[in-house]
Amino acid sequence: MNPIVASASVIAAALAIGLAAIGPGIGQGNASGEAVAGIARQPEAEGKIRGTLLLTLAFMESLTIYGLVIALVLLFANPFAG
Amino acid sequence: MMHQSLNLLPLAKLEVGHHLYWQLGNLKIHGQVFITTWIVMGLLLIAAIAATRNIERIPKGIQNLMEYALEYVRDLAKNQIGEKEYRPWVPFVGTLFLFIFVANWSGALVPWKLIHLPEGELAAPTNDINTTVALALLVSLAYFYAGFRKRGLGYFAKYIEPTPILLPIAILEDFTKPLSLSFRLFGNILADELVVGVLVLLVPLFVPLPVMMLGLFTSAIQALVFATLAAAYIGEAMEGHGGEHEAH
Repeated sequence: MNPIVASASVIAAALAIGLAAIGPGIGQGNASGEAVAGIARQPEAEGKIRGTLLLTLAFMESLTIYGLVIALVLLFANPFAG
Repeated sequence: MMHQSLNLLPLAKLEVGHHLYWQLGNLKIHGQVFITTWIVMGLLLIAAIAATRNIERIPKGIQNLMEYALEYVRDLAKNQIGEKEYRPWVPFVGTLFLFIFVANWSGALVPWKLIHLPEGELAAPTNDINTTVALALLVSLAYFYAGFRKRGLGYFAKYIEPTPILLPIAILEDFTKPLSLSFRLFGNILADELVVGVLVLLVPLFVPLPVMMLGLFTSAIQALVFATLAAAYIGEAMEGHGGEHEAH
């Protein structure tokens, strides 16, 4: 593989996963904080809140996973490898 | 690169992009995915047959388990699609959930790596993007079918319904739905297996166990997410804006 393509791919893979982790990190923090506040206010709703929280966390998680998919494609199945 | 350096270590191999190819007419198919898919389907069939072979009034053993699974899936569909129309969609949503769940867990629980293939390696079938794309396209077909069945050509009204300005976004949504469904499942399962693989490569004993537990957890959640989203899309397609007006 062309060394410039190789190094660019590695940097791009690192950036893809790193940048993709920022937003969902903030979002998951917000969601979890709100869920804790909700449980504190209404402890009897804990089961329902936990179920919804896990589902929403999985949705946010998937945004990072998209970045990971791009990173994996760049590392293992690089379309520009030539 | 990373791939080669990982392969130099003898303990565990990570083979992303290596497949056992079978030639079927003009098609080149990934054999290892087919093998594991058949095993998963066999497991589900055996469980279903064993549970219904002699049905008793008071369920026990495997019948109890399968009734619990059925109730779980039914509640899932009922919550997303609605009391009135959920019943015909329970088999579809349930099949998606059970297949993805068993497939994900088979990848984590069954020691596939002990079985050596000439090329590629056995893993969860959802580890291959073709499987997840196929499942996601099935969901797309299902919700189009549901929408047409319920509302006829009026289904297209949803594209221009609050305003026609949103038409491009509404069309784009039909493409992003299967894309995000398939990438979410594929990425999560592949990420789990890669993380476990890398940890096994670094420390072969005990250290990967917590990550494997986390993998089991996320696998189950992903099966739930996929089934929930499929049911939600179907429900959304059937409900539409017309349905809301009737309800008022």
